[in-house]
Amino acid sequence: MGPRAEQERGVARFEESVLPHMDSAYNLARWLTRNGHDAEDLVQESLLRAFQAFQGFRGTDGRAWLLAIVRNACYTWLRRNRQQEVTTEFDEEVHTLEGDALNPEKLVLREVDSARVRQALEELPAEFREVLVLREMEGLSYKEIGTVVDIPVGTVMSRLARARGRLQRGLTSRPGEER
Amino acid sequence: MSCQETRVLLHAFLDDELDPVRSLGVQGHLDGCRDCAREHAAHRSLRAALRDQALYFRSPQGLESRVRAALGSQGAIERRAGWLGAAGAFLRMRWAWLPAGAVAGLLAVTVIIIGRFGAPPPGPLADDLLGREVVASHVRSLMASHLTDVPSTDQHTVKPWFNGRLDFSPPVKDLAGEGFALVGGRLDYLAGRPVAALVYQRRLHVINLMIWPAPGEPDRSPTVALHQGYHVLHWTQGGMGYWAVSDLNENEMKEFVGLVQR
Repeated sequence: MGPRAEQERGVARFEESVLPHMDSAYNLARWLTRNGHDAEDLVQESLLRAFQAFQGFRGTDGRAWLLAIVRNACYTWLRRNRQQEVTTEFDEEVHTLEGDALNPEKLVLREVDSARVRQALEELPAEFREVLVLREMEGLSYKEIGTVVDIPVGTVMSRLARARGRLQRGLTSRPGEER
Repeated sequence: MSCQETRVLLHAFLDDELDPVRSLGVQGHLDGCRDCAREHAAHRSLRAALRDQALYFRSPQGLESRVRAALGSQGAIERRAGWLGAAGAFLRMRWAWLPAGAVAGLLAVTVIIIGRFGAPPPGPLADDLLGREVVASHVRSLMASHLTDVPSTDQHTVKPWFNGRLDFSPPVKDLAGEGFALVGGRLDYLAGRPVAALVYQRRLHVINLMIWPAPGEPDRSPTVALHQGYHVLHWTQGGMGYWAVSDLNENEMKEFVGLVQR
């Protein structure tokens, strides 16, 4: 096979296994940056960067691979533009699992309007926001989330547990309370 | 299974990440414990809320076609001429300015050739060539640390700086309040004459605004062109010709130009 045919096959393979995940890439970037313009720039940049690196990609999960590149680009952007957000208090202790439980005020949410959920999710630290986006909106498994975020599967579980606990609190606290 | 154990495993249970044996254990506990069942139900309704389509951001129209175009031309150019294509592809990524030098160099050569063979005829073709020259200047300004000769966010510092360096006084506006921060000014050489280059910044994007006199020319509203992935907007106003260039998107560029024109 000549270099030209190989090149075309590379583009076709990329279009087949990576480009279909553009919505996932944009959704993640949009939730991490909380800004449409920057998300668009970062996704475009990440896709072109992914294409450059694609020759070396031997895996089968194009989505997790692309999302990891997008996430890295977003964190670089956050560190440069939203320094205070990346350095928010963030400890990985699992013991708070118990603390989250049995909150008498915790209600089963019925008919929560999406505007409130959106706001509560946006107010979470990026590390919590991203695992919820990847798990609930993209339906990624713990293993896939671990690949994207570069943490062990056990950490994925504890982080999701804490993220859900905080989101619950954000939604059940009265407006104006907590932050 | 105890409440404590259940709480630890609840999320893995919720996410279908538990093995069947422990999954049955959790289910059995939930069937008999109201508190834990309530906790479980709360997380389930939270999940449903997060899966609401209204919270999902689909990629905007045009993004896919832009990426495909970039990939397509990247493939085609690379096939045609190895290193030039690679440089073109890199140029589209704003973090890699070094290879962009090759392209800017080529453009500069083009400009010099045009200069030697006389001025291009007036009209759209001339604007097109000049637009490319403006882009080359923009790219050069970003490469070496030669973005500004007078780094200042104060219009009253930038404007007088041009006195004695130019035979005209360019209008200088500070648009920081509107989200376009003035970064400074620079002397540039375009269309065979020294011109004023004002540098603005929007987020990570740098905007170069080149200004020089266009005596006797009527006011013309902005035209938009795309060269090398950069938006170039050109208009004339009050006997001055303006060129604004950036990798910023078209809408925000138009907003910027509207503010400059005001």
